[in-house]
Amino acid sequence: MIEEIFRAEYGRAVSVLTRVLGDLDLAEEAVQDAFTTAAEQWPVKGVPPAPAGWIITTARNRAIDKLRRESKGHEKLAQAALLQHEPEEEVGDVPDDRLRLIFTCCHPALALPAQVALTLKLLGGLTTGEIARAFLVPEPTMAQRIVRAKGKIRAARIPYRVPRDADLPERLKAVLAVVYLIFNEGYLDKVGLEAEAIRLGRVLAQLMPDEPEVWGLLALMLLVASRREARLRDGEIVLLADQDRSRWDADLIAEGQDIVRRCLRWNRPGPYQIQAAINAVHSDPPTDWHQVVALYDQLLAVTPSPVVALHRAVAVAETDGPEKALREVDALDLDRYHLFHAVRAELLTRLGQDPTAALEAALDRAEHPAERALLRGRLAAADQQDHADEHDQHDHDPQPGRDTTGL
Amino acid sequence: MPQETTQQYLLSIYQPDGEAPPPEVLDPIMANLQALNEEMQAKGAWVFAVGLHPPSTATVLRAKDDDVLMTDGPFAEGKEHIGGFTVVQAADLDEALEWGRRLATVLSPLSVEVRPIVSE
Repeated sequence: MIEEIFRAEYGRAVSVLTRVLGDLDLAEEAVQDAFTTAAEQWPVKGVPPAPAGWIITTARNRAIDKLRRESKGHEKLAQAALLQHEPEEEVGDVPDDRLRLIFTCCHPALALPAQVALTLKLLGGLTTGEIARAFLVPEPTMAQRIVRAKGKIRAARIPYRVPRDADLPERLKAVLAVVYLIFNEGYLDKVGLEAEAIRLGRVLAQLMPDEPEVWGLLALMLLVASRREARLRDGEIVLLADQDRSRWDADLIAEGQDIVRRCLRWNRPGPYQIQAAINAVHSDPPTDWHQVVALYDQLLAVTPSPVVALHRAVAVAETDGPEKALREVDALDLDRYHLFHAVRAELLTRLGQDPTAALEAALDRAEHPAERALLRGRLAAADQQDHADEHDQHDHDPQPGRDTTGL
Repeated sequence: MPQETTQQYLLSIYQPDGEAPPPEVLDPIMANLQALNEEMQAKGAWVFAVGLHPPSTATVLRAKDDDVLMTDGPFAEGKEHIGGFTVVQAADLDEALEWGRRLATVLSPLSVEVRPIVSE
């Protein structure tokens, strides 16, 4: 119970307290104190009728006590007195408090890894240790990263507010990138991060309901997450065409597709909405590959990138055959990217050519154990086979953002 | 976060070592810089601004025991040096970055570093 409320309410409480106290560390400490008190009292006295409000009020009172107790000079006493006399409604949840906190955490003056860490810590309530483990960084390094970022927010006065309209598109892009990065970090394992990213996506959609790209990102995450259970088998990636569809999550698919339909009616497309639409097509088998190619054309028009072109070529293989697809793939400058070689291997196989060299190149560059397992399996198959009779359609899970996880 | 007072920021201009550009390039830049300084003054953001002579004119001093050592040249030899700086006052970093952005645009392709100044 407390754990659930903690997950759901931590970010809200920190954001309210940050506005009231004017300091992130004080706010965090007060909210943590309040949850500690809740853990002691609730099992005995029962859960209060409005647990979120209880947490915020308790945190505020704790902060005042603390400021009083620790005040050595007039300044802190004055601050505590000031807090006490603030009108009660100030403590209530101003709808955009969490938005302010998100935009502060994702301020472009902070490095991307710092943005990610702060977002997970302050809005998600993850501990420094949890964030460190999720990003395979030693805990002291992560702690230092967070302390440094908070210090910069304070000293350089990174503002605690939602950006003005003129800056909003760019700033929102940065926020969505952070959420998507958290999601991608949880793509093949670390379910917690995937769930956390979806939760953040839902909060954003609730707070900024008129931004189609916010919904686009949420739909994209829901649709990709719907295949989570089917994506891995015995530590090996299962490609989309081979996945056991009974293990897809029908509720997530329905919700994601519903959002995609709403976005289409909006007719203000953007990269996340288009990627969501592509995943919506895949969620409705058999895949309409012509539609997928058309969507990738649209995606290429708004975000020209060789990675997007690679994914488009995979769809082209289905509509126009592997020969045309291979020509398009070979024109791409993606030698460093394991999927480039994996796609080449697949197309070569379908053309009756030897994929061994391409598979080896892919294996050289792939890092994730599940991806490596898949490639090793392919390599073994290519070794023993005279590759005369392979007709399987092997497309990879379409998630073009995967390579952008640069942490 | 709630703040009543303004914060001062140092906007340092980093430029590559070597000869300054010829007058036909430099003059319009300096005119734009002058215009930006005037705008900062008009808006009450301008605190202080200077341009510096090249690093070859610098002298470095460092106290050691009872003595002060003197060296010719800049403190650190690099590919870039601080060519000048502007101090602005602003409500928050966003406002300071906006001035920094304007400065960097006028002085393109030079880099501008924005850094908060410790207040008493």
